[in-house]
Amino acid sequence: MRTPLSGWGRYPVGISEVHRPERLGELKVPLQSSGSAIARGLGRSYGDASFNSSGCTVLTERLNRFLDFDPSTGALECEAGVTIGEILEYFIPRGFVPPVIPGTKFVTLGGALACDIHGKNHHKDGSFGRHVIDFSLLTADGELVHCSRDENVELFRATVGGMGLTGIITQLRLRLIPIEDPRVVVDYDRAKDLDRALELFHESDERYKYSVAWIDCVGGGRRGLGRSVLMRGNPATGSEAAVLRPEKRRGISVPSTAPSFLLNRGSIRAFNGLYYRKHPRQARGVLSGYESFFFPLDGIRNWNRLYGRSGFFQYQAVLPYDDGRDGLVKMLELLRKSGPGAFLAVLKRFGSGNPEAPLSFPMPGYTLAADVPRRGSAVLDLLSRLDEIVIDLGGRVYLAKDARTSPGAVRAMYPHLESWLEIKSRFDPANRLGSDLARRLELLP
Amino acid sequence: MTGQAKLRSSSDRGTQRAPSSGTVLILGATSQIARAIALSFANAGYDLVLAGRTPDELERVAADIRIRRAADVRTETFDASDTESHQEFVARVLADCGHALAGVIVVFGLLGDSERARSDFSHAEEIIRINYVGASSVLTHLASHFEQAGHGFIVGVSSVAGDRGRASNYIYGSAKGGLSLFLQGLRNRLHSRGVQVLTVKPGFIDTRMTFGEVPTRLAADPEVVGKAIVKAVKKRKDVIYVPWFWRYIMWVIRLLPEFVFKRTNL
Repeated sequence: MRTPLSGWGRYPVGISEVHRPERLGELKVPLQSSGSAIARGLGRSYGDASFNSSGCTVLTERLNRFLDFDPSTGALECEAGVTIGEILEYFIPRGFVPPVIPGTKFVTLGGALACDIHGKNHHKDGSFGRHVIDFSLLTADGELVHCSRDENVELFRATVGGMGLTGIITQLRLRLIPIEDPRVVVDYDRAKDLDRALELFHESDERYKYSVAWIDCVGGGRRGLGRSVLMRGNPATGSEAAVLRPEKRRGISVPSTAPSFLLNRGSIRAFNGLYYRKHPRQARGVLSGYESFFFPLDGIRNWNRLYGRSGFFQYQAVLPYDDGRDGLVKMLELLRKSGPGAFLAVLKRFGSGNPEAPLSFPMPGYTLAADVPRRGSAVLDLLSRLDEIVIDLGGRVYLAKDARTSPGAVRAMYPHLESWLEIKSRFDPANRLGSDLARRLELLP
Repeated sequence: MTGQAKLRSSSDRGTQRAPSSGTVLILGATSQIARAIALSFANAGYDLVLAGRTPDELERVAADIRIRRAADVRTETFDASDTESHQEFVARVLADCGHALAGVIVVFGLLGDSERARSDFSHAEEIIRINYVGASSVLTHLASHFEQAGHGFIVGVSSVAGDRGRASNYIYGSAKGGLSLFLQGLRNRLHSRGVQVLTVKPGFIDTRMTFGEVPTRLAADPEVVGKAIVKAVKKRKDVIYVPWFWRYIMWVIRLLPEFVFKRTNL
């Protein structure tokens, strides 16, 4: 079947042959046909990483069997189509959560590994790949290869964060984290500007396992640039659960059929102002369920449609701590001056990067993620100027979110790209694995 | 209340389940529909024996159900087209669970390539062999067990394609139509013995059979089939269509006079 596909940002769109294997044995078929192939989980990467318009796209959603669980170690083995949401559904009742929880539960473990995703606990626990014990990879030559830190090490390293370009991940083993209670104890702090937000991060981030800030990229006036709401928490313990008050249902719901003209500079400004003010200056010990703390946007199923047919970009970059503050100020000023502005933006501190994975995104520093509606050519200029700031400071953009950066920029951002390309060309000399992202960024040597 | 106790009471999925209501044998257990049926029956408190051709796939489905439903799930190798082996297969399953066998569900089937089956009879024969001969063979051996036991249920997954012969897939349709008649007769024979025989006629279900052929939004989630069968067994129904509205679609299609129908391109 040939069908148009896009990422979560709904831009760009590519027409691809699509396969959806239901048995492990059927996975080999697309690799045997002519052209290249890429695996796609639930298509939550934003740009063109999850489809292949010059070959086929392999939907892994039906290969989602749990295979083994050892409650004494928390080691869970399952197929790559299992989602973060399914793990929460079946393992919170058993007293376990995934080691890394992203901003949506509609993410497959194969995608999580291929993008080496991070969560609100990155400053403490690192990225997803660190918690993966081993995995099986269907490589370009149709072999099922077992990869771990002792076996096929190079393939292991190139696959973690490798955007699916080394093979199709069929199953993996990861270590879940034990919990005492199915909730998180959250503290909220309002920061009047960026400097106050960074100060709070540095003062107290180490006290929290989970930490993130919503940041206003439109309003705040001259003195309130980067005003934020920090949301930081720890897993509840049994004794806390007995005494703390549960959260009140908070949240603004957005109709999913909203036409795109609803998103304009005025409404974006109003929404962000409202969001800032509806949080108290400070709140302590709010008990929150995992789903409502981690996935505030999942409640609105197709929130990406809010941006209309033209879609949107999510720009996510990391800036190293040195000069990171100045870089953030420059980026926020650019975002504020431009067109419709950024609707939703998030700021977070990263801990150390993943030294095992040459294409892994996180590195020590501040990461800013902002949704930018795709309106007019000025948007592409804006994002290129953001790239320049990022490169200048030694940072990088997140490939899982990217839809528009250039091969040159990626080479300036990822110093280990050459070693990754070398491994890729050795294991996949004919480029049997490829995506639109890989062609755009010239990741197919 | 301790944290652990809270965890247990917060959700009933995964750790808690009704006491076993007996064992259900699922034949052709590696398809998506079979997996959905198995999950639904495990949810309803049954233990399972999953039977199919590929041991590795069976083991994956079984492991998944054990983790999602905390059910007792065993696997058996079974080849629908190898009718010679069916008697021994049934004997083996009965020896393992005997009177705990609450019911059997025949899910296996082969759509095949209808274009090819028009001219290549060996392919047509394969389609008939799996869908009709294989199903009636294994059910023949199982029927006498249920007849003697005097309770239980037999479920056959047939198809709406068996309700009327159409140019596009009449080989498959005739095999499924034969299966529907076989089940109807079996129901008539076993009714007085207290054994339920349920014919299931799925319409478009979102599986590899329809993927790329039917727009995904017109095809029902396989989960719908699992839930419908559990409900129909509980209510001791005879024939169900899934999703339910296919009963009315097929009613209209069956009512069309032949002189009109033969001119259509359905």
